[in-house]
Amino acid sequence: MRKHLTLAFLAVATSAFGLSAAAVDIIGAGATFPYPIYAKWAEAYRAKSGVSMNYQSIGSGGGIAQIKAKTVDFGASDMPLKPEDLQAAGLVQFPAIIGGVVPVVNIEGIAPGALKFTGPVLADIYLGKIKKWNEKPIADLNPGVKFPDELITVVRRSDGSGTTFIWTDYLSKVSPDWKTKVGANTAVAWPEGVGGKGNEGVAAYVQRIKGSIGYVEYAYAKRNRMAHAAVQNKEGQFVQPDDAAFQAAAGFADWKNAPGFYQILTDQPGKTSWPITGASFILMHQKQDKPANALEVLKFFDWAYRNGQKMASELDYVPIPEGVVKVVEDAWKAQLKDAAGKAVWN
Amino acid sequence: MTSSLATAALPTPMTARSEPRATRGPDPTVRPKGAAPWQDWLFERTTMFFALLVLFALLGIIGALAWAAVPAFGKFGPAFLYTNVWDPVKMVFGALAPVFGTLATSAIALLIGVPVSFGIALFLTEMCPVALKRPLGTAVELLAAVPSIIYGMWGLFVFAPVFGDYVQPALTRIFGDVWILGPLFQGAPNGIGVLAAGIILSVMVIPFIASVMRDVFEIVPAVLKESAYGLGATTWEVVRNVVLPYAKVGVIGGIMLGLGRALGETMAVTFVIGNAYRISASLFEPGISIASALANEFNEAAEPVHRASLIALGLVLFLLTFIVLAFSRMLLAQLAKGEGKST
Repeated sequence: MRKHLTLAFLAVATSAFGLSAAAVDIIGAGATFPYPIYAKWAEAYRAKSGVSMNYQSIGSGGGIAQIKAKTVDFGASDMPLKPEDLQAAGLVQFPAIIGGVVPVVNIEGIAPGALKFTGPVLADIYLGKIKKWNEKPIADLNPGVKFPDELITVVRRSDGSGTTFIWTDYLSKVSPDWKTKVGANTAVAWPEGVGGKGNEGVAAYVQRIKGSIGYVEYAYAKRNRMAHAAVQNKEGQFVQPDDAAFQAAAGFADWKNAPGFYQILTDQPGKTSWPITGASFILMHQKQDKPANALEVLKFFDWAYRNGQKMASELDYVPIPEGVVKVVEDAWKAQLKDAAGKAVWN
Repeated sequence: MTSSLATAALPTPMTARSEPRATRGPDPTVRPKGAAPWQDWLFERTTMFFALLVLFALLGIIGALAWAAVPAFGKFGPAFLYTNVWDPVKMVFGALAPVFGTLATSAIALLIGVPVSFGIALFLTEMCPVALKRPLGTAVELLAAVPSIIYGMWGLFVFAPVFGDYVQPALTRIFGDVWILGPLFQGAPNGIGVLAAGIILSVMVIPFIASVMRDVFEIVPAVLKESAYGLGATTWEVVRNVVLPYAKVGVIGGIMLGLGRALGETMAVTFVIGNAYRISASLFEPGISIASALANEFNEAAEPVHRASLIALGLVLFLLTFIVLAFSRMLLAQLAKGEGKST
């Protein structure tokens, strides 16, 4: 009996060794904004290559903190770090996907896409200046819509979020009042509102609270069949959110000449541009202690750039255009090095 | 866990001390001369080590918290404790809103939880049919085993809609114009906020308080109760004048246990409190508690002042719990002093 047990134990132990030598699994953490598409890509990539990509959506702020602490192989953030911050932290930044942030409402009888907002009106709602749904500024933009005499419950993020950065950056651009009182960042001192954790938390609150308004990444609004609204862009056109509108806005980005690919895509010109568009970025260390993991991360994103476009469009994200992919991969070659100074990607 | 705390809170049995020392046998704490086997010595030292380890861990936690919170107190001074501001952009922080939220939700939890637990414990010991006693008692204790995040999800998905659609408008209608209570029940009936968090917390503390109360009520010697009944006392008179005074140590202990849980509860509160750094008169408005502030922001607080402020909040919570415990000890000492003085 004891002999059998020892043999069985040895068999299990050696097979465990064998398993762990097979594939390097990669861990990433950060923004909830791109989580739906990263999850989809990870599933398809694992089916194809056997490498698991484990992504924790803890918010952009969390992603930046975790990659700085080196607890993950890559961090994800919708707020791009400025070149000086990248230099100070020794990080490399590149865009992975582009998407849009949309306002969502929960009002009885309002269907998706039925409402229109302008930037200043959204800012006033979030500042608490517009308190009820049936007030003049909202009613003027939406003639023919019957609004209830209800207080607006403003829903925003309680955690550090790149989606918040994109939203507050847009509000700062269209409302000088917002810019002076609150500003743009991943976490701000919100004058109004109830805080949900993650895009998922905001979506949950808006779905459950009648008369509420919130902002989420478009994939969350679409998946949960929430009532999103059209927003007026820089050219004065009221645009519905979809990947064509996001792509129109993204077309104005100048990726080639931006150090660290630092580009903010809110309030872009263009008749069909969605005004609250943003890119989601990946952060990795310049000097890699674990070059094998780094190589797997780069292989994953290379695969995603080339094969993940259809999956991205299905979820209404905009994949990074081919010309930009080349610039990104050249940057990988130039900037990511292992301990000996050799390039990780080649 | 609850039953061990209950026995710890019980009064010592009266038989052991009343017999004279000579008839009780040798004092086991004094080792006879010449008999000191090394196993006993090792056992004593090992158990002392573990006990001291707990003490050192506690001191270590306080020390680590205080050390890490120094940047916050250095920048804001003692004003940190009573300013109401939380601005991660301008890096100005003040603890008043989280402290207020923690105290408010815990107060609501106890206000609702203690009478209900008392009723449950009373029913289970005095009035319950014997067949129901075991299943009901087990059901109450099972409530304590539910993870707190399940309470949070239940609160947000099941409780909040019902609360917002039916209970909150009713409260506004009934109390909205009453003199002092009116301002407590104003605001949008969206099912979340300080009151909702307090009610869910009360559901969470009821099993703890009820279990401890039931255990101490059961230990009351039957002869005391029977004597009171024999003299013609009603059930309520027996409870008020015989059971409660006998069990008061356990009752206070149970309430403090529940309060401790309510003060530190994180996930259930984060889901429904609304996470707004605001102090308002209305219980329908969103608020923030110390534990939810930490759960929301600690992950990404990279700036030193932000992180130090969050750790300072943790230190404040630690101190709050400490004060509550000290207060309960004082209360028990006061009550013990009054024993045997009045009939």
